[in-house]
Amino acid sequence: MSNYALISIIICYLAILFYIAFYAEKNAKSKWVNNPFVYTLSLAVYCSAWTYYGSVGIAANSGISFLPIYLGPVIATPLWIVVLRKIIRISKQHKISSIADFVSLRYGNNRFLGALITVICVFGIVPYISLQLKAISETFEIMTYETSYMSTNIFDDSTFYIAVLLALFATFFGTQTSDASEKHRGIVVSVAFESILKLLFFLIIGIYVTYFLFDGTSDIYNKISLTPNFESLTKINGLEAGFDWFFMMMISFIAIFLLPRQFQLSVIENTREKYLKQAIWMFPLYLLLFNIFVIFIAWGGKLSFGNSVNAEYFTLLLPLQNNHVFLALLVFLGGFSAVISMVIVSTLALSTMVSNNLIIPYGFLDKFIKGQPEKNSKYIKNIRRISIFIIIITAYIFYINFSIELSLYSIGLMSFVIISQLAPSFFVGLFWNRGSSKASIIGILVGFFITVYTLVLPFTIEAFTGIHDFTDHGLFNIAALKPYALFGIDFLSPPAHAFFWSMSANVLCYLIFSLTSKGNYRERNYAEMFVDSRNYSSLQDSALVWKGEAYVSDIKNVLNKFLGEERAQRALNLFFLKYKIPPNTQMADARLINFSEKLLTGSIGSASAKILIASVVKEEQISLIEVLKILEESKETIANNKILREKSEELSNLALKLKQANEELISKDKQKDEFLDTVAHELKTPITGIRASTELLMDEDNDMPSEIKAQFLSNMLNDSDRLSRLINNILDFEKLSKGKHELNIKQNNIKITIKQAISSVQQLAINKGIAIINDNLVDFVFSYDEDRIVQVLTNLLSNALKFTEPNKGKITIEYKMINNFVEVYVIDNGKGIPDEDFEYIFDKFYQSKNQNTIKPHGSGLGLAICKQILEQHHGKIWAKKSNKNGATFVFKLPFM
Amino acid sequence: MKKKILIVDDEPNIVMTLEYTFKKQDFEVYIARDGKEALHILENNSPDVVLLDIMMPNVDGYQTLQYIKNQDRLKQTKVVFLTAKNKASDIEKGLKLGADKYLTKPFSLKKIVSEILELLN
Repeated sequence: MSNYALISIIICYLAILFYIAFYAEKNAKSKWVNNPFVYTLSLAVYCSAWTYYGSVGIAANSGISFLPIYLGPVIATPLWIVVLRKIIRISKQHKISSIADFVSLRYGNNRFLGALITVICVFGIVPYISLQLKAISETFEIMTYETSYMSTNIFDDSTFYIAVLLALFATFFGTQTSDASEKHRGIVVSVAFESILKLLFFLIIGIYVTYFLFDGTSDIYNKISLTPNFESLTKINGLEAGFDWFFMMMISFIAIFLLPRQFQLSVIENTREKYLKQAIWMFPLYLLLFNIFVIFIAWGGKLSFGNSVNAEYFTLLLPLQNNHVFLALLVFLGGFSAVISMVIVSTLALSTMVSNNLIIPYGFLDKFIKGQPEKNSKYIKNIRRISIFIIIITAYIFYINFSIELSLYSIGLMSFVIISQLAPSFFVGLFWNRGSSKASIIGILVGFFITVYTLVLPFTIEAFTGIHDFTDHGLFNIAALKPYALFGIDFLSPPAHAFFWSMSANVLCYLIFSLTSKGNYRERNYAEMFVDSRNYSSLQDSALVWKGEAYVSDIKNVLNKFLGEERAQRALNLFFLKYKIPPNTQMADARLINFSEKLLTGSIGSASAKILIASVVKEEQISLIEVLKILEESKETIANNKILREKSEELSNLALKLKQANEELISKDKQKDEFLDTVAHELKTPITGIRASTELLMDEDNDMPSEIKAQFLSNMLNDSDRLSRLINNILDFEKLSKGKHELNIKQNNIKITIKQAISSVQQLAINKGIAIINDNLVDFVFSYDEDRIVQVLTNLLSNALKFTEPNKGKITIEYKMINNFVEVYVIDNGKGIPDEDFEYIFDKFYQSKNQNTIKPHGSGLGLAICKQILEQHHGKIWAKKSNKNGATFVFKLPFM
Repeated sequence: MKKKILIVDDEPNIVMTLEYTFKKQDFEVYIARDGKEALHILENNSPDVVLLDIMMPNVDGYQTLQYIKNQDRLKQTKVVFLTAKNKASDIEKGLKLGADKYLTKPFSLKKIVSEILELLN
C-alpha cells in the first residue's frame, strides 16, 4: 500500500471520528451519548496499543504472563461499586478535574502535593504516549513497505503530522470550556466508538489467524507444542514467578483507578453513578474478549515467522504475508484507534493537571486577579491548549530520541509502576482520616526515587549505552544495591521488583509520618469529608470549618474574574436561595467560602482556588481541637435533625392512623347504634301487640265476644313466634358477622340439599297453592356446610312464597356449573324486585317498600344472613335483573 | 256526635287492639295500613284525631303529618304519634313537626285512651 493512500485513509478515519465527536458534543443530552454502554466502552481506553500489539509480543516470547495486566482490573471491578462510587461522589461535589486535584484536595488543598502528582504523572505518562506514537510509526511502515519490518528510519514525518492532528483533536474537544470539570462528551463518545472498532478488528484478526491460517485452536496448539521451550510458554514457573504474577496484578489493579486517562473517563466524565452497575460486568467481559485470541495469534505468528520479526506486530504481518492487505488495514486502524483514544484522553488529563496544578497556582494567579473575566477564561483555555501541544510534542521528541530500543510492554509497565506511587495517598487517604499531607508527599517522593533507581535508571542506561555494569554490580559496586536485585531479592522481574520495594517504602513512610505528624486544621477538615463521604451529601457546604472575616463583595469580585459577572451573580443567587440567606448580606460565612472555592476549582484547580479566596479574606487560625469540635457539632446537629424529622414523621403517621381508627370506630359505633335501634324497633313491634292484646283480655269487666278473644289469643301466639324467630335470626346474624360461627364443611350433594330445603317449605307452598319445580337430577358433590345452605335456600324459597300470588305462583330451582362454581337459581313469577331496592336487599333490616299490602312478617335479616353464609363459603349471592315478571336470586359456591 | 279516629299502622295485630278499644269508647274508627291509605281516607273525611305510626312502607308518618298540617280543612284534626321510636331526639322531632302528642310503643291502652280524650276536651 502506498504512503499517500494510507495517509488519506488515516485522514478520512480521523474525519469520521471528528464528526462523531462533534455530533456527541452537539447532542450531549441524547441517550445515545449518555448510557452505561458508552461509559463502559470509554473505560476500555485501558486497552492501548500496548494491549493491541504488546500482548501478542509477550505471549510469543514469555507465554501467558501478559494476563495479569488484565486480571488486576477484573479483580478491581467489583470494588467499583464501593470505591469508585465514593470517588465519583466526592469529585462531583468538589468539581474535581483531575487525580492531582483529587489528592491535593484530600490533603487540604495542598499546592505542592498537587504539583508533585502532576510531575509524577507527566513523568510516567509522557514516555507511554511516545510509545503509542512509536506504534503508529512502526505499523505505518509495515503497512507501506509491504515487507517484513526492518526500519532504520529514525525520523518519520507522517508520525509527526499524526501527532499534531491528535493534538488538534484533543485541543478542540478538550478545551471547549474553561471549567475542566465539565464533561467532554465528544471525546468520550469517540473513545467508546474506537473501543468498539479495536475490539472488533482484533477479534477479526484472531478468528482469521486461528481458523483461516490454521485449523482452529487445537491445530495451533498441536503444532506449537512440538516446538522447543513450549513448556515455559504455558506455565507459571514456580513460587517466584507466582510472586511476579501477584505484583503485576496489584500494579494493574492500581492502574485501573489511578492512570490519569482512567481517572478522567471513569470519574470526571461519569454522568450517572448507576452506570457503574453495568460497567462492573461489561468491562471485564470486554477485557476477556480482547484476550481470547492473543495466545493463538502469538503462537500462529511464531509458527509462521519463528523469531525473525518483532512479535508485537504479528497481527499485521500475518495477513500481509498472505496478501490480505485489507485485513491488515483493519488491524492497522484498530491499533490506530487504540492509540488515538489513549493519546487524546491522556493528554487531556495531563494538560488539565499541568494547567490547574502546576502553571496556574505557581505563576499566573496574580495575573488572573488583575485580569478581565473574558481574558481570564481565554488564558485558562490557552494554557491548557499549549499544554496539550507541549505534552504531545514532548512525547514525540522522546520517541524519536529515546524509544527505539524500548518495547511497548516494558515502557507501559514502567509507567504503571510510577503511577502506582500515588496509591497509598489515594486509597488509604480515602478511608483513613489520619493520613496527612506531609506523609503523602514523603511517601510519594520516596517511592518515586526507588522506582527511578530500580527501574527507570538501569533501563535507560542499558537502552542507550548498552553497558550492564550498573545492573550487574550495583551502585559503587555494592551487591545489595543492585537495581534489579535490591538487598538480594533477585527472583522478581524488574517491574515487580521495583513495585515491591517502592510500594513497601511508600506505604511505610505514609503510615509512619501520618501517625507522627499532625496536619493543619484544613487538612483534617477535608480528610473528615473524604473519609466520611456517606454523610457527606448532607454535610455539603457547611462541612468546611472556617473562621475569619470576609466580605461577600470581595469574594464576588474574585468570582467575577473567572466566571464572568453574570454567571457569578447567578451562582451566588442560587447559593443565597439554597441557604435562605438575605441577598444583601455583607459578611461571608464558611459555607460561602467553601461554595466559592468549589466554583473556582473546576477552572483553576483546588489549590489555586484556595489561594485566591484566601487572598481576599482574613482567615483566623483555628486549632485542630476546635475543628474537630465544630465538625462533631455539625454532624450531631444533622443527626439530631434527622432523628427529629424521623420522629415527627412517625408522629404524623401515628396521628393519621389514630384518626383513621377513630373514624372507623365512629362508623362502627354508628352502625352498631343503627343496628341496635332497628333490633329494638323490630322487637318492640310484636311485644306491643302482645302487651295490648293481653291488656284487653285482662280487662275485668270483660264482655268481649269469644271469637274476638280467640283472635287476640292467636295474634299473641303469632307475635310470640315472630319474637323468637327474630331473636334466633339476630343471634345467627351476629355470630356470622363476627365470624364466630364455624362452618361444618363436608362433602355434600347439592341435589339432595335442594330437596331437603324444598321439603321444609313444601307444606306452606301447598297451602298457598304454589308449585315448586325442581327438574335437575345432576349430582354435584362438593364441600359445603349443608345446614347453612339449606338455611339459605329455605330463606330464598320463603321469600319467593311471600311475594308470589296464591294459586298462580310458580317457583323454579335450577343449578349448573360455571367456571368451577356451582350456581343455584331460585326463580319466581311474583312481584319482582323494584329497581330502587336492588342495591339494598342484602342489607340487614331492609324491607322492601314494595311488599304485599299486608306486611310479611320477616325479620329483615334473612337475605343479610344468606349473604354472610355465602361469603363464609367464599361464594356470592345476588339478585338478577330481568325484565320479565318475578325475581331471580342466584348464589354460587366454589366447586372444590 | 261520635268522635272520629283514624288509626294508621302497618302492624295488623296492633291495629286490631286499638280498633277494639276505641270502638268500645264509642269512636267512629277508620283504619289505614300505611300513609298512602291514610291520605286516601283523609281526602273525604276529617277525623277528630289521627293515631299515627312513623315507620311504615310507602308514605311514612312524618309525610302524613305534613299533609294534614297543609290542609286547611284538617285544621281541627289532632295528630298523635304512636311509635316505637322513643329516643329523646325522635320525640323532639315529632313535636316540632306539629304533632299534638307523642306516645311510644309498647303502650298501655288505658293510657292511650285517656291521653286522646284529654286532647279532645
